[in-house]
Formats: sequence, C-alpha cells, structure tokens
Amino acid sequence: MKHLRAINKKARRIEDFVASTEGDFVALQQNNAAQRPHYPMGCSIVFSPGWEVDSTGGTAGLCQPVERDLYDCYISCYWPAQVPDHLNNYPDWTSKCATATKDWRNIDLVFP
Amino acid sequence: MQLQVAEFHQFEAGGNPFLYLVPSGGIFAMDALSQKAVALVQEHPQDPLALLEALVAGGAAREDAKECVEDLVSARALRPEGGWQDAVEEPPANFPLQTLVINLTNQCNLSCQYCYEFGEDKVATPEGKPKFMEIETAKQSVDFLFKQSQGRRAAHITFFGGETLMNFPMLKQIVDYSREQAREHGMYIDYSLTTNGTLLRPDIIEYLAENAIGVTVSMDGPKELNDKLRVFSNGKGSYDTIVPKVRELLAKHKSRPIAARVTLTNGVTDVIRIFRHLKDDIGFHEVGFAPVTTSPDRLYAIGPSGLDDVLAQFEQLAYEYRDAALRNELHGFSNVSDTLAELHQGISKSHPCGAGLGLLGVGPSGDISPCHRFVDSDEHKLGHVSEGLDPEMQKAFLGTGHINTKYDCQTCWARPVCAGGCYHEAFVRYGDTGHANLHYCDWIRGWTDLCLRIYGEIATHNPGFLNHFEQRKAA
Repeated sequence: MKHLRAINKKARRIEDFVASTEGDFVALQQNNAAQRPHYPMGCSIVFSPGWEVDSTGGTAGLCQPVERDLYDCYISCYWPAQVPDHLNNYPDWTSKCATATKDWRNIDLVFP
Repeated sequence: MQLQVAEFHQFEAGGNPFLYLVPSGGIFAMDALSQKAVALVQEHPQDPLALLEALVAGGAAREDAKECVEDLVSARALRPEGGWQDAVEEPPANFPLQTLVINLTNQCNLSCQYCYEFGEDKVATPEGKPKFMEIETAKQSVDFLFKQSQGRRAAHITFFGGETLMNFPMLKQIVDYSREQAREHGMYIDYSLTTNGTLLRPDIIEYLAENAIGVTVSMDGPKELNDKLRVFSNGKGSYDTIVPKVRELLAKHKSRPIAARVTLTNGVTDVIRIFRHLKDDIGFHEVGFAPVTTSPDRLYAIGPSGLDDVLAQFEQLAYEYRDAALRNELHGFSNVSDTLAELHQGISKSHPCGAGLGLLGVGPSGDISPCHRFVDSDEHKLGHVSEGLDPEMQKAFLGTGHINTKYDCQTCWARPVCAGGCYHEAFVRYGDTGHANLHYCDWIRGWTDLCLRIYGEIATHNPGFLNHFEQRKAA
C-alpha cells in the first residue's frame, strides 16, 4: 500500500494480506489491459474425448480410440505434461496423422 | 455501485491524520490524497470513477488516485454500498486456559467499605463454604490448570483473596506442587499475587523475591485518601501499617516490577496526587487506577461529573506518559500502557476479557468461576476443580458475553477494545453479565481516543518505543 502506512501490528497483517492477493487471477491476461472474464481453453471445460459430444459439440466421432486423448491434448490444449509441445519443439509431431482415429499409429514417441 | 465509508475512527496525532479501523483494529497513517478521498466519501457516497475524477481534478496523477482508492478499499476504510458485514470470529471451542486465579481465602483483615466481595453489592454467597483453601482443593486446582492449559508453553497462577497473605502457607505449597507439575508437563509456570500489604513480613518478602512472584498492592494513595475507606474492622486506617512494609517490599523485591492498584471512589479522585505519591514518594514501578464497581446510588460511587474530572486527570498523566515515551523512558501509568498494548496488537475482541475463556477463578471451596470477582457466587459457578468445567455453563456465560449479542455496541467504534466492558461491573449495575456497560461508553470512547492519539504520536516520533509492546500480553 502506498497511500496508507501501516502503524500497528494488525495494520501490518492487513497490509501483508492485501499484498498476498495482488497479482492473483490475472496470470493469463495482458498487463495494463482492462480486465475481462477469462475463459480457460481446452479439455478442462469441454467434453473430451467425447462420450457425449466432442469438443465442437458434434457426435459423429464418439467412442474413439483412447489415443485420441493424446491428440486432443496436443491441439486444443497446450497442457504440456503428457504430449510434446507443438508450439516450439515438436511442431511436426502430428504431420503424419491426418485423422486421429485412423492414423494414430503414426504418432510416435519423442526423445527430448 | 457507490463507495461509502466503512467503520473507522479518524484521529490526528502530531499533526498527522490516522485511521483506526473497526472492527479490524488496524491503525493506518493516511497521506494527503487518501485523507482527501475519505473526506469526499464522507460528504456523500461516491461512484468510484467519479471519485477518481475528483481526485484527478484536485491535482493527483491518475495512477496515484487509482492506487489510493484501491488502498482504502483493500484496508476496508471504504466499502461498496451495502458491502461486507464482517462477523467477529467465535473463539475456538477448546480454548486452552492460561491463567488460574486462586482465591486462597475469602477472609480479609481489612474492612474496605467498597469491597465487591463483602460490600453492599457483593455477588458472593460464601455461607457454608470453606473460608481457607485446603491442600486437596489446591492440588486439584493445579491439576485442573495443567489439564486445561494443554497446548500452551506457559501457564500462570494469580493468588488472590480475601487477603491473599492470610493463607501464605498454602501459597507456598501451591508453588511447590505446581513447579513439580510444570516440570512433568514440560511447561513454564509463573506467579503473581494481589495483597493489601498489611501482612507483608521480611520472610514473606524474601520468599516472593526469590520466587519471582509478581506483586500488586491495593492501596488508594496518601494517608487521608487511603484511610477514607481502606480501614480495619475497628475503623482504623490501614496506611500507617502498610507503608513501612511496602517500602521494604520495594527495596528487597527486585525480580519483578511491583505495581499499585488504586480504587477511585467519591472523594478519592485526586488521581494526579495519588499517582505522584505512589510512584515518586513510595516508589512503585507502575500505578493503575479503576473507578469503584458499584451500584450508582452508593455513597462512595463516583457521579458522572466526578468521572469527567477523573478523565481530565487521566489525560494529563497520559500526556506525561507520552512525553516520557518520546524520551524513551517508562512513566508508570499502567492504564496507558495496558491500552497501548491492546492498540499495538490491534486487538478485536469477541469478549470484553479472558474471563471464562483463558482465565478462570477458583474459590476456597474449589468452585470454578469466570474470574476472581465471581468467586464463591453460586449463580456464576462454572464447575468444580474436581470435576472440571461444565461446558454448558461456560457456553451460556460466553454466549451472552459475546459482542454480537450487545446491540448497543454495534455502532460504537471503540468496540474492538471494549466489547461491552467488565462482566462483573455489568452484573452489579444491570443484573446481567452480558449487558453492555452503558454508563461508561463516553468514558471508554474518550479514553480510547486519547490513547490512540498518544499511540500515533509515539509511532510518528519514536516508533522504537513500541517494541515494549511487541511481547507484552494484551490484557
């Protein structure tokens, strides 16, 4: 706090608390931009791989091989844990896989 | 959405503006901009953007103005209209006991007319109960203390009466037994006592000094003031008996600061003279004052004008305290240091004091009471040391004492430190321990404001002095 100066112990606790909440909730937002609702993208909010509907709301590709899981993580979600990252290091990882349900065997392991 | 002022008390100290926030108890110094923002919102609730524009129009940089409003909202000095309503937290269900006040006897060799234990407003019903505590009860009391204080590193025993020293042999036995128990429990224990000073002897003084037992002496000042009401049963004043003994105590007992505790009554309100006598002539380290607890119609009760006079004298002594603090000296007016300690912590009380929570009293019979002032009162009994605390009775007592149940307190800015005031005082005045002490409200607000200003001045000019209150327990 810049315009209020904490004097007693309780005020210092309030100040610490306020400081601890600063910077929260804005990790994915641009600096200095007006705050807008933040929509996280990817498998955390869509039904995937599609028991009910797929990520576009369709039903045609339901009950696909579990391998589609990997592919889904790769394109619609940048979650880096299970699949190679396609943004920087492995942009061509799925280049031989035009249709996941048919060509998933072409997706190979990577050895960083 | 409109911004409005939340609860706070604004005060000035050393020419600087401060906020005492309610109910948090936080004290903040304001800069010129935040002072202006608060003033604008105090005029009438403001739209946040309009407030921002007003501050910018007044010459503030936009970024500064924005930060300033954010600071005030974060600290909860300003709030959205109809905004949050903070509930005061309930104390934890198993609050460990810290202090046990053991009344070694309910007998006394003085007959002070205003005594709450024997006087006209007494709540004690000692008929048919033991007059002196026996060793069995004493041991049970100590066991009870260690059982109830589990989880704490230190426990405290205060010896009380009646006249405490009328049962000095039992005091020594309790010290021995509780030391032993403390070792077994791996805890630290310390002791204090309150006495009228008449029974102090060289061997007792030596014992108190050796065992670092804190001593508070009840006396009311110079001879003619002290002897007005503090008399033996034959009406003879106690001053001449006490003073040589107290001088010896002060000369020999150096392991703890020795305090005097003064009861102010009608005609005994010359606070400054009493303070000078006890502090400078007799040599007490600290002197604390409290107006007598009484029904308003007693002859020794202090009327409202008398209380105003007392507050004016308190103010003079408090400024002396401030001046001493700015020179890094301890003054000895303990009413100020007690309040400053609470303000420094930023205490926000759910209950007026620790009675029934971290502090309990035990009478000679072993009956447990919320504090020493309710000892031997059947109506306020919370259990017996042999069986422990009755959780239902404790809950009922604390339930009515909670600040949220005191309607009149909800709009008062001094409630974080007052919380309605002394249970015993309330019972004597209103017949209800959970009643707010409405006859003291102006006094409490006046006193708290005074102490806030002194705190602000010390914080501005000699903040290092406040380290005295870092460790000091808020009462």
